Amino acid sequence: MMDDIIVIKGLVKRFGDKTAVNGLDLSIRKGELFGFLGPNGAGKTTTLRCVATLTGFDEGTILVGGHDVKKEPSAAKSCMGVIQQQVSLDKDLTIRENMISHAMYHDIRKKEREEKIAELSDFFSLGEYLDKPVDSLSGGWKKRAAIVCAMLHNPEVLFLDEPTSGLDINARRLLWDIIRKLHAEGTTIILTTHYIEEAESLCDRVGIIDKGKIIALDEPRVLCDKVGSIAVEFAEEGKTQYRYFKDRDEANAFASTKEGNVSIRKTNLEDVFVELTGKSVGAQT
Amino acid sequence: MSNLLVDTFHVAWGDLMFFKHNFLNILVMSIMSPLLYLIAFGYGLRTGETDIGVSYVAFVIPGIAALSSLSSSFSASATRMNVQRLYYKSFDEMMMCPLSLSSIVLGKCVLGLMRGLLSCFLLYALGLFLAPELVLSPLIIICIIVSCMTFSLLGVAVALLAKSHQTMATLNSLIILPMTFLCGTFFSVSSLNPVFQAILYCLPLTHASEIIRGAALPDYIDFPWISLAVLIAFAAAFFAIDVYLLKTKKI
Repeated sequence: MMDDIIVIKGLVKRFGDKTAVNGLDLSIRKGELFGFLGPNGAGKTTTLRCVATLTGFDEGTILVGGHDVKKEPSAAKSCMGVIQQQVSLDKDLTIRENMISHAMYHDIRKKEREEKIAELSDFFSLGEYLDKPVDSLSGGWKKRAAIVCAMLHNPEVLFLDEPTSGLDINARRLLWDIIRKLHAEGTTIILTTHYIEEAESLCDRVGIIDKGKIIALDEPRVLCDKVGSIAVEFAEEGKTQYRYFKDRDEANAFASTKEGNVSIRKTNLEDVFVELTGKSVGAQT
Repeated sequence: MSNLLVDTFHVAWGDLMFFKHNFLNILVMSIMSPLLYLIAFGYGLRTGETDIGVSYVAFVIPGIAALSSLSSSFSASATRMNVQRLYYKSFDEMMMCPLSLSSIVLGKCVLGLMRGLLSCFLLYALGLFLAPELVLSPLIIICIIVSCMTFSLLGVAVALLAKSHQTMATLNSLIILPMTFLCGTFFSVSSLNPVFQAILYCLPLTHASEIIRGAALPDYIDFPWISLAVLIAFAAAFFAIDVYLLKTKKI
């Protein structure tokens, strides 16, 4: 489709005899905020690394902004900005030097890069930290600096690999606001995350990946409704059990048959995730 | 071509800033080990004249310059790049940018080249005072540049192949340390038996020692043009390996 900024078809990536990504198909629309969920080792980061051209792949095609990452890697790279799970700034340089370095990699001329660094630093409130060494900043500020680096060349699509992992709740919420702000300005954002509430609160659509394949793909609410919009949580045989119902009346009727602690709540993506994969989000695949 | 040079500069810029921030440290490190080698081997162990008719100090200074080009260029490019690749992950950032692989390889060599040149020229400048037989000519500058570039490219290959800091240390012990003492830096390779000579001529530092010594002592030694060609071939091979490793993402 013309509106798809990323099109992945039949992606296969093997590491020796282990298949990390197994025939993955995915299209991401322009301007969309897309969440990629999956247990550890499900293939999220590997898929992202293939798209970002950091890892080669064995089969399939990946188009970014209409450019094949294998045939036109430079054009594809120009369309994207990537923020890796681990903050990947050069710790021997200052924040400003890291930004200049990134701008130079994208061949942005001096005047334009100075303007862009000033504009983005202002947007991310990084001004006072620009001439400080990387390690003098906290994790949240480093993430912001990494986002600025990834955005200097005005990428059409921004990849955020576990952007809030390791951050405290305040830093996480601040970063969510930034992600919303960027999305509101029209940037396509793809984020992988372990935090279900992050995906629910931010994403237009969510793809759930397990064993290297997309097993569910839709808007968060639609995915929840498919499982059943109301969840009943109760204890039975020494374990917490879950049942899902399409409305609250059915859920109430079922809950009344159970003894002990029973809770009724809206289904969330965690429920969808566990139902589909049989694992919790942080589990190893 | 101009794009390649511009991109090479863009890749090297961060490393040049690192060089600038740490200049004093680098300066001390650059001169310390060549100076110790000069004192220990040049003055401590041997004195008198060599077979080619020059003092041992005049003989050993070009050898130590070759050795410095190896140790400084190799360690500067290999260590920093290894840290950027495995610990900072900033190398991945660069790989996601629209840069040619050639410019990445050449750009990552610049720090090693600068460090090697600084070390070699500091030592050689000192050598010009200590040994009047030594000459300063365009040829010796070219030889030192070729030598530093070759070992810098080797450093990039090792940094790309090493999976950990420990692997780096192991490769250092297996590749660099034996070359340091055996490749005609402190003695003439021709004094060894033919089998050892054949083995040592397979190593780039032997050719670096020969060309730097040949260019430094033109009145005593015929310049070994074949060694210069062999060293350039080593540089080309290391460059090709670096590009191959990046291209096939075998890193």
